[in-house]
Amino acid sequence: MQTLQPSPKLWRVRQCELAIFAIPALACVVAAGVLAGLLAALVALLVAAVAFVAAGAALRRRVRSWGYVERDDDLIVARGVMVRRVTVVPYGRMQFLDVTAGPFERAFGLATLRLHTAAAASDARIPGLDKDEAARLRDRLAALGEARAAGL
Amino acid sequence: MTERLPAEWARLHPMSPVARGGKAIAAVAAVSAPSQLSEGGTSVERLLIDGAVAVVIVIGGIVSWLVTRWRVHEGELQVETGLLRRESIRVPLTRVQAIDVVRPLVARILGVSELRLVMAGSGSGKAKLAYLQEDKALQVRLLLLGLGEEPVPDAAPSFVVPITEVPNGRLVASSLLGTPAILAVVLGAALVVLAFLAPAAIPTTLAGVGAPLFTSVSAIARRINVEFSFSVGESPDGLSLHSGLLQTRAETIRPGRVQGVRLVEPRLWRRFGWCRLEIDVAQQREHEVGQEDVQKLTRALLPVGTRTQAEDLLARVLPGAISTPPMGSGVPHRARRKAPLSYRRLATWYDENHVAARTGRVQARTVIVPRHKIQSVRWTQGPVQRRLGLATVHIDTAGKHWRAAARDRDAVEGQALLWQLTASSQAAPVGSLFSPQEAG
Repeated sequence: MQTLQPSPKLWRVRQCELAIFAIPALACVVAAGVLAGLLAALVALLVAAVAFVAAGAALRRRVRSWGYVERDDDLIVARGVMVRRVTVVPYGRMQFLDVTAGPFERAFGLATLRLHTAAAASDARIPGLDKDEAARLRDRLAALGEARAAGL
Repeated sequence: MTERLPAEWARLHPMSPVARGGKAIAAVAAVSAPSQLSEGGTSVERLLIDGAVAVVIVIGGIVSWLVTRWRVHEGELQVETGLLRRESIRVPLTRVQAIDVVRPLVARILGVSELRLVMAGSGSGKAKLAYLQEDKALQVRLLLLGLGEEPVPDAAPSFVVPITEVPNGRLVASSLLGTPAILAVVLGAALVVLAFLAPAAIPTTLAGVGAPLFTSVSAIARRINVEFSFSVGESPDGLSLHSGLLQTRAETIRPGRVQGVRLVEPRLWRRFGWCRLEIDVAQQREHEVGQEDVQKLTRALLPVGTRTQAEDLLARVLPGAISTPPMGSGVPHRARRKAPLSYRRLATWYDENHVAARTGRVQARTVIVPRHKIQSVRWTQGPVQRRLGLATVHIDTAGKHWRAAARDRDAVEGQALLWQLTASSQAAPVGSLFSPQEAG
């Protein structure tokens, strides 16, 4: 029983997602330069750069904060820096599992595993799993869930 | 029992189109009548148009009645309906969780009832028989339930032992002692004062105040309408609830299907010693016309009653559950800095069968959940809570209306609660899970 973590490549995925926001930010910098001169453009660039570094640092910590433990009877998922959340889902309560992968996740060969229980609030998910690990975990959890299934 | 379930296709009650269209026709009349009167005399044209609309509604209803048929075949209730888009509904009777008897006002006048089959899954709003003759509906209900499970014991058709009732005077009084009523009174008083001070501003104010005033008054009216002449009884298949002023509704709650019970003690009711008991069950009904009234209200097991009544009913749905916090179930004193208004009420307690949590700033709300209904447990800690060494444990169930949350417990105690409630045989993992530092 040890705490496992998402693939380190998850950080790359998050960087890509952050980079998407760099495009409108750069456009703003250029617009500021055209409309209000070089000084305004420099200030805008500085603000954007600081914002991106801060967001990047926060994201890095968030990515590292994910952890999950497969126990005999339940799965534990922990996440969050500012608000720390530890979710315990007994295998017998899982209704179904799904594995999804966004475009960036696909590019890095990653996937997100999501656990659904009958309670809408459960929200247990693990992002940034290696594809094979996600498939392994899904099959294992599905088998365990079936063995321990309990009705409503 | 004289009634038998139809093995061959059968039609619903011939009055169904009238019962179904009654509401729509009433709406047309309501729109048409004032305009007719205000014009000083009836204009033939308008009358013809409104008459035509009513006729179309009735014909539509008759066609829908003609093409709808039902039967019971191989343990399934089969309903076929629809003229252009043919729809065939199959309901395996073993999956039926309960059957409610609903009687809207028009149906009551005509002496017919609707049977609504409650299933655990979604999309069960379509599984209904609207309408059947009153007595027949009750017998069909028992027959359908009898086919679904092991046969109902040789009980009389409507064998209900009354447990308790809510006097209507108390229901009305309690409705007037709530937030909507206070809001309505304040708004109304403001309007009156304004009428004296600045009569010119009335129309504009009315435009702004009208909507909330209407909402609060209709909220009170809705509560009284749904929960009027409320009675609870014990029937062979569970607790049977009956209530309603215009539209009556009879439903049965099976004790095993209760996901959670909530005891609400509003501030204004305290001096009368009243409280309200609500239950949550796992069912997903589709939103449909005519059901909004029930949808908006959480289902009350006791709309208003004394503490003794509430305890008695609680013992019937969740035997052994404790509704008052025992000693030492409160939160640490330092929690008042995070929850200054509610920290006195915050409490969490559990035994081997139930877990209960009390919260609330103005009114105390106690949620009691059977432990075998718990779907997942979450321990969360925000920045303020971290500084104070507190944490909240959320207890998720399949219920629709509320969840139990053990707010602002001592953080370490919260961790223990997390492992307790998930009842794993395994030892708790190391503590690094609970700190935001990287675990690996």
